[in-house]
Amino acid sequence: MVLRTRRSPELEELLGPGSPIVIFDKVSLAFDDKVILREVSFTLITGHTKIFLGASGAGKSTILKLILGLLKPDDGVIWVNGERVDTMTERELMKVRTDLGMVFQEGALFDSLTVAENVGYKLYEESDMPLEDVRHRVEEVLGFVGLAEHIDKMPSELSGGQRRRVAIARAMAFKPRILLYDEPTTGLDPITSDTIDDEIIKLRDLENVSSIVVTHQLRDAFRVATHEATRTDGQIHIIPADAVKSEEAEFIMLKDGRIHFEGHAAELRATKDPYLRTFLS
Amino acid sequence: MLRLIGDWVKGAVLEVQEYVRLCAAAFRGVFTPPRYRHDIVEQFEAIGLGSLTVVLLTGFFTGAVLALQSGMTLDQFGARPFVGRLVSASMIKELGPVLTGLMLAGRVGSGIAAELGSMMVTDQINALRALGTDPVRKLVVPRVLAGFIMAPVLTIIADAVGILGGWLIAVFQLRVASSVYWTSIIEALYIQDVWMGLIKPFFLGFSIVTIGCHVGLRTSGGTQGVGRSTTNAVVAASVAVIAVDFFVTRLLITLMY
Repeated sequence: MVLRTRRSPELEELLGPGSPIVIFDKVSLAFDDKVILREVSFTLITGHTKIFLGASGAGKSTILKLILGLLKPDDGVIWVNGERVDTMTERELMKVRTDLGMVFQEGALFDSLTVAENVGYKLYEESDMPLEDVRHRVEEVLGFVGLAEHIDKMPSELSGGQRRRVAIARAMAFKPRILLYDEPTTGLDPITSDTIDDEIIKLRDLENVSSIVVTHQLRDAFRVATHEATRTDGQIHIIPADAVKSEEAEFIMLKDGRIHFEGHAAELRATKDPYLRTFLS
Repeated sequence: MLRLIGDWVKGAVLEVQEYVRLCAAAFRGVFTPPRYRHDIVEQFEAIGLGSLTVVLLTGFFTGAVLALQSGMTLDQFGARPFVGRLVSASMIKELGPVLTGLMLAGRVGSGIAAELGSMMVTDQINALRALGTDPVRKLVVPRVLAGFIMAPVLTIIADAVGILGGWLIAVFQLRVASSVYWTSIIEALYIQDVWMGLIKPFFLGFSIVTIGCHVGLRTSGGTQGVGRSTTNAVVAASVAVIAVDFFVTRLLITLMY
């Protein structure tokens, strides 16, 4: 069962491990008089994680919508998976989105569909995969997020945490190379948040998915940045990451539409910047 | 003051522009793949079958009250046997299409706006786009097709039960002979009237569902916004039914009579 979209050998080499998979170059966006982003530039390396922090309204979620092409920038260039998306039409963007998964703030599950239909939505509706294979894949990803027994339930029957995990399962069902998480743990208790964080870590480390996480939950941000997933004897373990692995996760703090800080977990912890200290305290 | 008027005009022009763009996208979606057949069938059932009860009741009582009222007036001229003529002409040419349109505006227009509006404010529309689905093809095209096809079907049903309601009143209350009633109905009908009654609902059905979709897809502001959209959709679709009915009638009179 091949799900991940095929790339040409040239593109595969170009976008292989260690190469940039998402590039923002001086991206600016304003709604009427309100500036949301000012000349924001960053690069996400394949298999790595970028964690966006910032106060509400700082433009964090906007960055995810720009990557998906749901919004267009006023200025600047955005590259995703080797394609320039800021100039693409909606129809052209559909192709780029086949390699992008997004977990929306409240899950954004389709409330008229069952969990199985939600998770397999893209495969049922937008692919010619046999129904049996789709069902198998749905069971597989729901097992991955620990919700296999809820496959035939409606989203309204699930708790907040379960809905987010179904949203993650839906985003990963078609094996995208990039996953975008918009406030995946907001409003959840610490224990449930940990399970969501673990899913993010597992996908990154075991499925080699490049991730962008938008959050203002520092605890979760640090957990994702400083832990890694390993598989031994078929068992998955979440353990503290070594120094090299920790370097693969980078924080970006947005303030007034600009990048206020960019660095690793250790640098963020050691910062003396008053704004960052307020945020960290 | 001038700025306020300027903003209002700008907003109105933007709404019209977005509405026309949605109609054009829906039109393209009808004739080009991908098509979501399951959703099309579902919408035919929801809009067509779902509206049947309200259309049956409205049509029946309109025909009945029309016979009652016109019976009283015709009595003054000793023309009671012509009650069927009045009922059929009014129902088929005007009341059938317009009342069915108004019922659909209330039931279907509001339902579409509320459903799509809720999907907008809960990010489900963005989720569809993120999953590679064009919301216009998935959500708008099936509703437009169902509204366009089912409005005339429902109108024919409303006409039929309206005439039947008129017959019940004519026979059992006005004491008009059944054969006289049916003969006067057939005598009063011209083929142009039938065409007019059949053509208008296509325009009305299209207007109702496209307005519902447009208002729904432009919803913002949480649950309050959904409520606002639902009200706006009903008001706009109801006014559109009356206005479109006038303009199409005017056009058909010029073309056919």
